[in-house]
Amino acid sequence: MVEEENIRVVRCGGSELNFRRAVFSADSKYIFCVSGDFVKVYSTATEECVHILHGHRNLVTGIQLNPNNHLQLYSCSLDGTIKLWDYIDGILIKTFIVGCKLHALFTVAQAEDSVFVTVNKEKPDIFQLVSVKLPKSSSQEVEAKELSIVLDYINQSPKCIAFGNEGVYVAAVRDFYLSVYFFKKKTTSRFTLSSSRNKKHAKNNFTCVACHPKEDCIASGHMDGKIRLWRNFYDEKKYTYTCLHWHHDMVMDLAFSVTGSSLLSGGRESVLVEWRDATEKNKEFLPRLGATIEHISVSPAGDLFCTSHSDNKIMIIHRNLEASAVIQGLVKDRSIFTGLMIDPRTKALVLNGKPGHLQFYSLQSDKQLYNLDIMQQEYINDYGLIQIELTKAAFGCFGNWLATVEQRQEKETELELQMKLWMYSKKTQGFILNTKIHMPHEDCITALCFCNAEKSEQPTLVTASKDGYFKVWILTDDSDIYKKAVGWTCDFVGSYHKYQATNCCFSEDGSLLAVSFEEIVTLWDSETWELKCTFCQRAGKIRHLCFGRLTCSKYLLGATENGILSCWNLLSCALEWSAKLNVRVMEPDPNSENIAAISQPSVGSDLFVFKPSEPRPLYIQKGISREEVQWGVFVPRDVPESFTSEAYQWLNRSQFYFLTKSQSLLTFSTKSPEEKLTPTSKQLLAEESLPTTPFYFILGKHRQQQDEKLNETSENELVQLPLTENIPAISELLHTPAHVLPSAVFLCSMFVNSLLLSKETKSTEEIPKDVDMEEEKESENSDEENDFTEKIQDTNNTDLGEDVIHQLSKSEEKELRKFRKIDYSWIAAL
Amino acid sequence: MAGYKPVAIQTYPLLGEKITQDTLYWNNYKTPVQIKEFGAVSKVDFSSQPPYNYAVTASSRIHIYGRYSQEPIKTFSRFKDTAYCATFRQDGRLLVAGSEDGGVQLFDISGRAPLRQFEGHTKAVHTVDFTADKYHVVSGADDYTVKLWDIPNAKEILTFKEHSDYVRCGCASKLNPDLFITGSYDHTVKMFDARTNKSVLSVEHGQPVESVLLFPSGGLLVSAGGRYVKVWDMLKGGQLLVSLKNHHKTVTCLCLSSSGQRLLSGSLDRKVKVYSTTSYKVVHSFDYAASILSLALAHEDETIVVGMTNGILSVKHRKSEAKKESLPRRRRPAYRTFIKGKNYTKQRDDILINRPTKKHLELYDRDLKHFRISKALDRVLEPTCAIKTPEITVSIIKELNRRGVLANALAGRDEKEISRVLNFLIRNLSQPRFAPVLINAAEIIIDIYLPVIGQSPVVDKKFLLLQGLVEKEIDYQRELLETLGMMDMLFATMRGKEGTSVLEHTSDGFPENKKIES
Repeated sequence: MVEEENIRVVRCGGSELNFRRAVFSADSKYIFCVSGDFVKVYSTATEECVHILHGHRNLVTGIQLNPNNHLQLYSCSLDGTIKLWDYIDGILIKTFIVGCKLHALFTVAQAEDSVFVTVNKEKPDIFQLVSVKLPKSSSQEVEAKELSIVLDYINQSPKCIAFGNEGVYVAAVRDFYLSVYFFKKKTTSRFTLSSSRNKKHAKNNFTCVACHPKEDCIASGHMDGKIRLWRNFYDEKKYTYTCLHWHHDMVMDLAFSVTGSSLLSGGRESVLVEWRDATEKNKEFLPRLGATIEHISVSPAGDLFCTSHSDNKIMIIHRNLEASAVIQGLVKDRSIFTGLMIDPRTKALVLNGKPGHLQFYSLQSDKQLYNLDIMQQEYINDYGLIQIELTKAAFGCFGNWLATVEQRQEKETELELQMKLWMYSKKTQGFILNTKIHMPHEDCITALCFCNAEKSEQPTLVTASKDGYFKVWILTDDSDIYKKAVGWTCDFVGSYHKYQATNCCFSEDGSLLAVSFEEIVTLWDSETWELKCTFCQRAGKIRHLCFGRLTCSKYLLGATENGILSCWNLLSCALEWSAKLNVRVMEPDPNSENIAAISQPSVGSDLFVFKPSEPRPLYIQKGISREEVQWGVFVPRDVPESFTSEAYQWLNRSQFYFLTKSQSLLTFSTKSPEEKLTPTSKQLLAEESLPTTPFYFILGKHRQQQDEKLNETSENELVQLPLTENIPAISELLHTPAHVLPSAVFLCSMFVNSLLLSKETKSTEEIPKDVDMEEEKESENSDEENDFTEKIQDTNNTDLGEDVIHQLSKSEEKELRKFRKIDYSWIAAL
Repeated sequence: MAGYKPVAIQTYPLLGEKITQDTLYWNNYKTPVQIKEFGAVSKVDFSSQPPYNYAVTASSRIHIYGRYSQEPIKTFSRFKDTAYCATFRQDGRLLVAGSEDGGVQLFDISGRAPLRQFEGHTKAVHTVDFTADKYHVVSGADDYTVKLWDIPNAKEILTFKEHSDYVRCGCASKLNPDLFITGSYDHTVKMFDARTNKSVLSVEHGQPVESVLLFPSGGLLVSAGGRYVKVWDMLKGGQLLVSLKNHHKTVTCLCLSSSGQRLLSGSLDRKVKVYSTTSYKVVHSFDYAASILSLALAHEDETIVVGMTNGILSVKHRKSEAKKESLPRRRRPAYRTFIKGKNYTKQRDDILINRPTKKHLELYDRDLKHFRISKALDRVLEPTCAIKTPEITVSIIKELNRRGVLANALAGRDEKEISRVLNFLIRNLSQPRFAPVLINAAEIIIDIYLPVIGQSPVVDKKFLLLQGLVEKEIDYQRELLETLGMMDMLFATMRGKEGTSVLEHTSDGFPENKKIES
């Protein structure tokens, strides 16, 4: 049995990738980036996450390659440690304990045994660049307390510090001055620009700095979009600078190429500019990168660049300014209007993504699957511009249809509204625009819902709007002799005393439509569009509305702005119960009768899980988050859990995710999801000779094993080692028709186990015995099958959790057991 | 990291007829040539051999016209009474016609006097046709009989007396020399086989049958009578396939297009309808000045000839495509230029560099891509674009507004340029679909050019015009609102009587124009 741990709120995936500059490995095969408490290692060719380096207990703030051994990586964190990693194997080699919060990390090849970090000692806003001597010691954890201050009163951001000309000097910028510290002379020069008193130079602030790798030249970026190239800074009087100006907004980051022949810059325009030979004339552009460029880094080999963007994306760019790979995390740049949805097909989380896009984000693999371009318009990245916002979206008919609403409101009276309906195309495996409705309503659309009943013959969509109407849209045949086509048209327009329609919701079987008009809930027959019934509680505007499901389908729930949660019985048309609860989020579980409500008393948020039929909540957890929870969603589990404790049973079949105001995606779990995430792509290491595809790893490894085994057998014929073809588990797996096999997830571990060579002869002997015994028992009394399954699981420690078995149908169970029996039979032959 | 996304041009549903392949095809004819005949044109028949002459039966004359001549190249006028149904033989050398007095006459195209005269019918012969073997003639008459004649010795071979009313239409199978069908006013269409002496198939049309047609394959039979056109499946023993009721009056004639893909029917309601023979939907329709009695299509649909009750023959020729060919053809690159390097296989040390494919951008998109906003606006205000496709102009104005640069694009214009913008506004401001965007633009223009007003009489006049337009529009809206109020009251009283009515009327809010003060 799964041990009953306490359920706690855990952060789940989607952490920032763009917090610090990404770092390339020496051979440009890997790219490292900080991501929350972890360091992620990605392959530059396949965009796959190869390793996640765990170990830090707080935000990782800096990473650098070890200049003395390019297969090692230093990382520093707010927990006050510097860790040294072997990134190929993902192993922690050493931990240096510094003891104070570290904000940035720098390494210099010349200073062999020390690294540079940014710390703040006394006041919160004063940062110092210090050099830390790393003691040589064989132990795992070493204290590194030997600090020496290099520069004081510097900027926190690592972009504002750069080491130049092979570590001869270090340049740091802050506000209006540039400080250069020369290591040999141990002197600091300071260059100041005219400050804000002069209006013309008001935006002269330094934003970033970079140093030429070969020459004595410092490039600095400024708030007004200028780039200054500083030379002759050895002399505080004779220094010169030249200006490069293309950016019209702040320069976000600068980087010199490895040879120093070109300078890269980027900013809010989301255009990567390459300045050749440091002249204003020779420049190349890579436009339309999608979002503000936050960081730029260059690979040590010089063949790749990479840009980190504000939409949580890392873009790998070739030397010739061609984008070659995109590593995309959960986009969190903007406010979420659409709420959290689940794509019924891919089970991906769907929400606002890039401007004008809908992102499909896989919760399992913590990876963005794809972006759907809803707006299909050129994005103009300019400050203060009123953009078209994707405000509503809904999936319908088991993922076959997607409805989206976009709006742009410049003034009170000028509203642009467009509704788009997208059809899933099996051919292209994506959504294709079917119908575009210009101004579906006169005012903002407040709610959008599809009728998701199984028996409904005609896809139906309902939109509710502030203009006091709700409209029913149906799919109609639009074909003529030239082509077959379907399109959406308005079927019915309803209103109730010109009140604003605020919510709409279909019952589970699709027979009733509930539309709330401010304080009043109306019920409509979906066949005839007749008004059946109204409920009114006089307790403020209805904020959420949902029908009960399964056995509780006779209940309708409404939460009002004044903090009243009401439950009406649809059979008696009367109020069943009401509770005083200031509900922020109310979400029904698609797999059960449960409904989750998140309330916000005064500070923090509380979660209540209840069934409409029982006024007593099933589960209460107070203080799930300190901030306001904005959206929540139940995600059906692929593999059902089996919590026996009554309080946690609501998590058995679905998992609850919620998004807070600061856009962190949280969930409930007994273990952290990162633990659960086995890096499946671990094998996808970029190897030297062969192209690395998943097929290679399935077939190539297989082949290798086979070869090895063949060799061994030829060497020593006494030891019979099984050929992979002869393993029954494999042959069974390959020859059983796919439709009777359980999901690959179940079979995988078994399949892998059968490929392993067992060394512990003892255990192998025990297991066949057990299996034999069970077989006998089974033949004796097959009625007690359920008891047996548990016993089997108790006796052999296969990776198949018993929780899996519980939820399987009997036929599947038998099938599985068959596999298990076969699985070990080859061991008996030893 | 996609490329530049072109501006989305708002599309509006086209008013009027939908443009389809069929409308393009059937509209691609020159203006009709009208030829006045002596009486109602009862039959038009094309020769199936070049030069595709056609025989027109009207009153007691048969005229034969050439392809382009408006004068008959030959006339057969030796009929004592009205002639009917002059029909060419398949080789185009003989012509047969019936007449009011019950005679059937066979003419040689080159001769003048009849070659043969078949006597035997007692009443008017309204339908004659050659059988597929070219040596027999089928005729149907008002004496309810259908007769089969032998041409060489001018003798009657068979007589069928199965119809119980006038036989007014018929046709012979083009494949089987022994099969022919006739339609009669007794509401039946019968198929006869010359090898037996009775009908082999009979279908009930339901109305007096005016015209019958066999598909070239012989598998389908089309009958027209009353307002109906019915299609019968002969291979299923005369099962009704589809019944079409698209005319307001009696359908008088049927015709197939040369490809066999389209069926045409002419009717007394002065319309010719074109049906698709796969879906039997009307794909096109022509209007004529008078009730249509006869209809024929030339080889390859080159000519449509329609005969009407007022004796007018309307001839439409297909527009020739010679014009396009006459242009000097530009020398295109040879085929090998296109495949150059395409079949080169990558060697080991080669680095493959793909040339990015260029996406075609409209000129205004190219300007917008390079942020040349004023130029983009100028381009869409060119008269060709602004008059022909105002939706593009409006979309660009909307896009500029979205980018927040509309004021910049509108500013700094001289008299000529600003009057061009104002002209566009005056023309399109009152259109509801453009109004929200254009009102915004008009406000911006007024804001920008208010200080310099009065300097140019041309621009001032335009502004006054615009003001008048807006005032008129406001009056119009007020009237509409009044009407709406009246209608609301009526609806309210009706609802009170009905008791429980849930019908919600939609008041599609009329776009409210804001007053523009200029």
